[in-house]
Amino acid sequence: MTIKLGVPSKGRLMEKTFEWFADRGLTLVKTGSEREYSGEVQGIAGVELVLLSAGEIPRELSAGRIHLGVTGSDLVREKIPNWNSRVHELALMGFGGADLIIAVPNGWVDVDTLDDLDAAAAQFRRTHGFRLRIATKYHRLVRDFLRDHGVADYQLVDSQGATEGTVRNETAEAIADITSTGETLRANGLKILSDSLVHSSQATLFKSRTAEWLQDDRATLNRLESLLRV
Amino acid sequence: MTGLRQTNEEARRIRAIFEAQGAQVVETDILQPADTLLDLYGEDIRARAYVTDDSLRGELMLRPDFTVPVVQWHMETNAEPARYTYSGKVFRMQEDDPSRPNEYVQVGYEVFDGQAPIHADAEVFALIARALDGLNLRAATGDYGILTAAVQGLNTTDVRKSALMRHIWRPRRFRSLLDRFGGRTPVPAARAALLATAEPLSGVTVLGLRSEAEVAARIDTLRHDAAQPPIASEQIALLEEILALRETCPNVLGHLRDIAVDMPAISAAVTRFARRLEALSAAGIDVDSLEFEGNFGRTSLEYYDGFVFGFYADARPDLPAVATGGRYDALTRVLGRGRSVPAVGAVIRPELVVALRGQV
Repeated sequence: MTIKLGVPSKGRLMEKTFEWFADRGLTLVKTGSEREYSGEVQGIAGVELVLLSAGEIPRELSAGRIHLGVTGSDLVREKIPNWNSRVHELALMGFGGADLIIAVPNGWVDVDTLDDLDAAAAQFRRTHGFRLRIATKYHRLVRDFLRDHGVADYQLVDSQGATEGTVRNETAEAIADITSTGETLRANGLKILSDSLVHSSQATLFKSRTAEWLQDDRATLNRLESLLRV
Repeated sequence: MTGLRQTNEEARRIRAIFEAQGAQVVETDILQPADTLLDLYGEDIRARAYVTDDSLRGELMLRPDFTVPVVQWHMETNAEPARYTYSGKVFRMQEDDPSRPNEYVQVGYEVFDGQAPIHADAEVFALIARALDGLNLRAATGDYGILTAAVQGLNTTDVRKSALMRHIWRPRRFRSLLDRFGGRTPVPAARAALLATAEPLSGVTVLGLRSEAEVAARIDTLRHDAAQPPIASEQIALLEEILALRETCPNVLGHLRDIAVDMPAISAAVTRFARRLEALSAAGIDVDSLEFEGNFGRTSLEYYDGFVFGFYADARPDLPAVATGGRYDALTRVLGRGRSVPAVGAVIRPELVVALRGQV
């Protein structure tokens, strides 16, 4: 039997993943043409490479269709309810780092903390008759975070891209998004709330708790773990 | 589901008790407009309710409870006093605990009566107790009226009072506001720096819908607040005493009367509490053993603002409350767009009654 390892199928995340495994003596190679999403793992027997969109890897891990997968820790927490009952973190890989934060317009000189955001939301709702809008694609993470911190009178509006532009376009008053350098936020006139780190994300190798692990598969996993030193 | 027939039989039995009390049966749609519920409960409801949509009606929710549609229905007909009963399924997403059902039957009883609210409180509680007779349940009660009277009675600004009132449902945020207004936590550095700046908005462009005038208004509010003295520690201590109450009702009444000497603002609410105990007693409830918790129900996503209660099976701590209820005047004010109707009600979960009866 073989175990299935899912890795991102394109871009920088794929390259860094290939490098990370290469540093540990395992060569991941795409087979066939450049556009074909199939591959193999050289340096260990019994592991099959599956190339997937990074956003789909959490779902495949949770469903047990792949045994191992590389994706952002933010995506796993966002997309899998009760994530740690369905997947297990095998290794933090040290790249692809980004923080999920909440940002508001620079001009909101009265707002620096979640406490301020909450008060501004109450004022906004009184003034405008609807809840202050926060644009994000991380609904679960942001909602849980704001509930834990007792922020009220807001609503989340879905934004799957160009989230930083929603404030200027007046489709949202604040945003919750991933940032690594803060460059895009600054360019769009936004600042990060000082206590609003929702999650610090990085590329992570996950093991599925729901996949079928036959005896041979477990032996393969043990060999893989010792090669990867995890 | 194997137990559904039994659950429905039990629901019919309970509803017959409610109908015998004079309640009119109401039916509500399963699909409810999402905007009303979202506006009432906020984003938290999205984690609890199933949301769907169609291209004509927009976002819809599978009803997470009956109260909102029943209140809306009452607001249209507006005959008072009115008593309603209903039974049917509600739908709640379970994100954390897959063993809890995501659809279950509720049988409810709601009273809209502005003439005798205290008797309506007692009537609903006694009726639920009667419907659950023989199950050996523990009842717990609370009273938001006392808590809100205590907040309103604080010797501080209306801005601070309304901030506390707004977070009365969120114990953690309530706590941190109280600490700040009481001068127990230092002013955050960024806040201090803002207040020390003469013209914080000079040269600043404010992007988006929240205008510069709104930012300026909040800075004024912050400046005004910074000039206010902290809430006296004695007053905060009394508020904490109320929240920490956990005794039988007669003991709580004695305790509250003592607190009212130092905090006269709660006197009227304490009198109402005493009269409610009399009404409960007259309805056949043994109030001497009835529990009261100052903090009752504060973490649940609900809308009660007066008398609140729940019935629990102590032998089965894995089960949720068998019945819950309370007064929700404020909800009718929100849904009635200014018009409000004093209302109190409760729901029983018949499948829990069936489960418990199987063990008796």
